[in-house]
Amino acid sequence: MLDRAAAVLDAQPVLEVRDLRVHFDDYDGIVRAVDGVSFQVMPGRTVGIVGESGCGKSVMARSILRIVDRGSRVVGGSVLLRRRSGVEDLMQLEPDSRPMREIRGREIALVFQEPMTSFSPVHTVGSQIIEAVRLHSGSSRAEARREAIRQLEHVGTPHPGYIMEQYAWQLSGGLRQRAMLAMALVGGPSVLIADEPTTALDVTTQAQVLELLHSLQHQSGMALMLITHDFGVVAQIADDVVVMYLGRVVEQGPADAIFHDPRHPYTRALLSSMPSVIAKPRARLATLPGAVPHPLNRPPGCAFHPRCASAIPGRCDRDTPRQSVVQPSHSVNCHLYHEADPT
Amino acid sequence: MRRRFVKHRLAVCGGLVVVAFYLAAAFADFLAYSDPGKLDAQRILVPPQRVSLWSAGRFSPHVYRLVRTRNPETLVLDYSADRSVEIPVVLFAHGYPYRLFGLFPTDIHWIGTRGEPTESSLFLLGSDALGRDLFSRLVVGTRTSLTIGLVGVCISLVLGVILGAVSGFYGGIVDLVIQRVIEMLRAIPTLPLWLGLAAAIPPTWSVTSVYFTITLIVSFVGWTELARELRGRIMSLRHEDFVLAAELCGARPRRIMFVHMIPACTSHIIATATLALPTMISSETALSFLGLGLRSPAISLGVLLNGAQNIQAVALYPWLISPALPTAVIVLAFNLMGDGLRDAADPYA
Amino acid sequence: MPADVILRVRGLTKHFGVARDGEAASADILRAVDDVSFSVRRAKTLALVGESGCGKTTAVRCIVRAMPPTSGNVWFRTTAGGVVDLAALNEAGLRPLRAEIQMVFQDPYSSLNPRLSVLDIIAEPLVVSGVRNRTVIRDRVANLLELVGLRPDHMARYPNAFSGGERQRIGIARALALHPRLVIADEAVSALDVSVRAQILNLLLELQDRYHISYLLVSHDLGIVKHISDQVGVMYVGQMVESADCQAIYRRPLHPYTAALLAAVPIPDPRRRRAAYAAPGEAASPRNPPPGCTFHPRCQHAIPRCKLERPQWAELEPGRFVRCHRAHELQLRGIEA
Repeated sequence: MLDRAAAVLDAQPVLEVRDLRVHFDDYDGIVRAVDGVSFQVMPGRTVGIVGESGCGKSVMARSILRIVDRGSRVVGGSVLLRRRSGVEDLMQLEPDSRPMREIRGREIALVFQEPMTSFSPVHTVGSQIIEAVRLHSGSSRAEARREAIRQLEHVGTPHPGYIMEQYAWQLSGGLRQRAMLAMALVGGPSVLIADEPTTALDVTTQAQVLELLHSLQHQSGMALMLITHDFGVVAQIADDVVVMYLGRVVEQGPADAIFHDPRHPYTRALLSSMPSVIAKPRARLATLPGAVPHPLNRPPGCAFHPRCASAIPGRCDRDTPRQSVVQPSHSVNCHLYHEADPT
Repeated sequence: MRRRFVKHRLAVCGGLVVVAFYLAAAFADFLAYSDPGKLDAQRILVPPQRVSLWSAGRFSPHVYRLVRTRNPETLVLDYSADRSVEIPVVLFAHGYPYRLFGLFPTDIHWIGTRGEPTESSLFLLGSDALGRDLFSRLVVGTRTSLTIGLVGVCISLVLGVILGAVSGFYGGIVDLVIQRVIEMLRAIPTLPLWLGLAAAIPPTWSVTSVYFTITLIVSFVGWTELARELRGRIMSLRHEDFVLAAELCGARPRRIMFVHMIPACTSHIIATATLALPTMISSETALSFLGLGLRSPAISLGVLLNGAQNIQAVALYPWLISPALPTAVIVLAFNLMGDGLRDAADPYA
Repeated sequence: MPADVILRVRGLTKHFGVARDGEAASADILRAVDDVSFSVRRAKTLALVGESGCGKTTAVRCIVRAMPPTSGNVWFRTTAGGVVDLAALNEAGLRPLRAEIQMVFQDPYSSLNPRLSVLDIIAEPLVVSGVRNRTVIRDRVANLLELVGLRPDHMARYPNAFSGGERQRIGIARALALHPRLVIADEAVSALDVSVRAQILNLLLELQDRYHISYLLVSHDLGIVKHISDQVGVMYVGQMVESADCQAIYRRPLHPYTAALLAAVPIPDPRRRRAAYAAPGEAASPRNPPPGCTFHPRCQHAIPRCKLERPQWAELEPGRFVRCHRAHELQLRGIEA
């Protein structure tokens, strides 16, 4: 616990993604699912990765843990994980190697949108959590069982002893998500990646799970990387926000800046197109023309230019925008914010 | 679906074999060089013959004239080649007359002999106990068996699709009745059922009537599988929104079934039908082998194998069981292709 | 039935028989929809809100008669001006009324038959209603496509050539083909990306203004509901717990469940983070609902009476219905705009 607290004070990122590129082969060509993504995750803070379908946020999360599907490969970039033993580049490790397996769960844990798929339907929830405990600590069965119950209590499940004996499909969505969190946290990870953890849940259950994530993070000082398409969720829980569009980061910065001073036309349009409980009813929503293109036919230059109202012809459709810093720790990838380009 | 099927190598091979067999069936009379029904007392049980390709250093395929002798001790007929008489084998020779596709009268066959009648001199796979050429009978028999399979599948397709769709669409009592009928049909052991039905065919019926009756008998059981398969698919389609949308605009059940549901099952229907075909073919073969299906003078793979029933005959004249090979190959090919189609139609099944 | 009401549902109930599983012998009836009443006014939108399993989808399926209701009345005012009870009609009696009530579905993928061209999909209601002339059909389909913002020359394409938002537009075009008076939208935008969702919501609002269509909207997203609806009905475990004017319900909910729902909505503004109050536990099962008020196990305002006595559906203020014993005394917080 002590060195966790020390880690929070330490201003070094616990996880740093640098220029990550992940491609996969489709029938019709190579999809550049993640194409040069960089951001940092600070200990004890929450990074919200937001984007619409096809923006590559899930692929990116899976590539960090090297659990990408067959046919996809990391073609460049690095993911630096700060461990007690020093900084390690996860992209240099073999996906199935022993060091990589040790990092999964112990250093970085992952929870998915649909917890059903991460539990085996033929084993009880308890036996799977016990298995996870034993894998990490090598403790005896009885000890592991006590630890599993402690973890389930920790994530706020009522009657943990009863839950242990259930199969995943017997639990409600909210309980399943809690059980999965319990399993993910047994290794005491320093980073938790949550991929749409509340999308399949109802509003009241979503609020419970978000609250839980928040309090778990407070207790353990771990970093949380929350991947979602829901700006509301991000606004409620994230400290920093990374907005992605078609495999690239378009804007990143502190949550307050992203929501109250968005710079990228995409972020602006998304925020103003949301029907919200605090917006004016029946007002015409600002819309973005068209739909998100298939990642296979990403437009050249800035991928957003065909839908962008302020696109500069001859520039946005040709050159890929570089990152410009608009405020300390708030940056945007857009030609509008480039001071006089050398060309 | 096509892309997934093409990736399935074995299934594609099976498909090619199936296509080859059906092509052979379509051109059966062209491929049969001897009249498959022509008896020849002088050419009983001729063993398979070799075609020599070279004659005096020149390319000139030929066979030798057969000389029949009887072994004086065992009284078994022996055939030897008279090396002094070469009978040339030529392509596109004239032979017995037939109608190509039942339409164009012709007498061209892919090979034949010159000088001597083909019927008494060329026996690529030997001849049977009545002196008929086995190769030609094999080709013609394959055609019969394959078409019985095809017609049988068509009949069971119609029955299976309609009853399966109705059962899955309406559910309730209709479903209950149809499903119990299917269970009853499936509970009856097939062989005795066929035996009973086949035994009821009057022996005086013509070859064609027997042919159609046998087809009906084999498809009688075949439709149940398809009906079950389709019922399941239709039941799951029943919950699709586009079906509800059609209902909401007032479409009647028949339109919903034929416009929205059955076309959505096409790939499954094709796959199931492909898997049902080999069963039909082997059913017919089995029935005829037992002497209960088609009978001479009709020619089918089963009828041909019927001649190899006797263990003694098989020991002495092993070429008589050669019709078993195409039967096995075609059934295997169909199964491979059907498996591939099924996987392609429903990769998660 | 007041003249401006187009659909009035009273006491709608749908029970499903469930096989006994030994554990709870009495739980052999699933009360999916239990005594639900509301009215939809002409050219207005009523939204049914609730979490999964609250029976909102079952309720609308009973209204369009995709399944027969167990009891209750569904009065509908036809174009001719008469009022018919849809719940009492048989399939043949419903058929002429089908044109007037249409539906837009949640899943833009499963709601369009992948084997039919867009022309055939949108033309289906026309063909079924007896239009046979191909040119008339083509012209009408072209008009409809233009109306929903798609290019008429795309009518020969198949659904797989379109994105989710475009498919939803096709679904809307199909629903509009027969000039319906009531369109039921079951989570019609929840499967869409945020940027596309706004387009479809705008389209729905435009169409309403233009053709005076009434909408019955089903949604779990309180943001969308606030944006598009005039009235809101909140459902919980098969029952309607509150219904009122949209503005009123957001500003000052009367039922604790409505308040809990509003408190749980993540507001897209980091400056308005809330010390999240989430109603504890999870929604009860409609198979075995708690006695008394179904919400009492999760309700922080529950009193002993709530456990015993089932609250009545009552009009507390003009136009504000609520099913709660303490509605008159509670001061609940809503969301300030």
